Amino acid sequence: MSILIPLLIGLVFGCGLIVSGMSDPAKVLAFLDLAGDWDPSLALVMAGAIAVGLVAFRLAGRRATSLRGKPIQMPTARQIDRRLLAGSTLFGVGWGLAGICPGPALVLLGTGAAKGFVFVLAMFAGMAIFTASERLSRARQAKSAPDQ
Amino acid sequence: MITIDWLHFTPASAFAGGLLIGLAVALLILLEGRIAGISGIVGGLLQPLRQGDVAWRLAFALGLVAAPLLYRWLLILPPSHIDAGWTTLVVAGLLVGFGSRLGSGCTSGHGVCGLSRLSPRSLVATIVFMAAGFATVFAARHLFA
Repeated sequence: MSILIPLLIGLVFGCGLIVSGMSDPAKVLAFLDLAGDWDPSLALVMAGAIAVGLVAFRLAGRRATSLRGKPIQMPTARQIDRRLLAGSTLFGVGWGLAGICPGPALVLLGTGAAKGFVFVLAMFAGMAIFTASERLSRARQAKSAPDQ
Repeated sequence: MITIDWLHFTPASAFAGGLLIGLAVALLILLEGRIAGISGIVGGLLQPLRQGDVAWRLAFALGLVAAPLLYRWLLILPPSHIDAGWTTLVVAGLLVGFGSRLGSGCTSGHGVCGLSRLSPRSLVATIVFMAAGFATVFAARHLFA
């Protein structure tokens, strides 16, 4: 089953978020509150994840296809531009407001928390607004340059 | 000066959870050839590039949603506290959704996968969103509280 594997990997990822404390927004905010009683735990989440990730991507970088024969799709973008900086800033502000980023949002949805549900809805709306604005600007570009 | 909250500092479970997240990242790239960036995986559902690109995204997201159910069934699910009010939650959700798509990644895509790939672009993104997160919490808790 081809969708069983991504489902199981999602489960492992979600359990990692729960065990680490990332799925508790109050703990995330305590990490982001440098001037208050600082809880540095989440730095260790990054350390643990990157320790494994470094090995995994080193192995993956030597291959053209995955162990299941699928193409390895690495990001190709290199540029550090206004989109990257503005997008990361907006994301960071949103993360700091509620203490929730996309992975933990989905885990909170699964806990049945009404606030988790509302956050996920708003997050999808934000993503949909982005997709729509991209389409709009592409359509405008096509109109101003009809030869392309 | 920074005061560390030793009472709530949980280095062992944080590191162990981090290893599990790393395992999931490793499995997704080595088995499926994909980057475990949650905003990209979920956001891609709204703009599928080709047929056959939807099922794995949905399955992965479903795994994340099902994780607390599985966890609760096997062990005791640790409590989570969402202190933000409803309006704040909606604004935060909109910013997280829009910002992570505009910036091509979030904590997982840039913060974990990008740093593991030693990508300068992801390093910059991670520094920027962490700084924005620190600044936002500082403003909310210490300037306007």
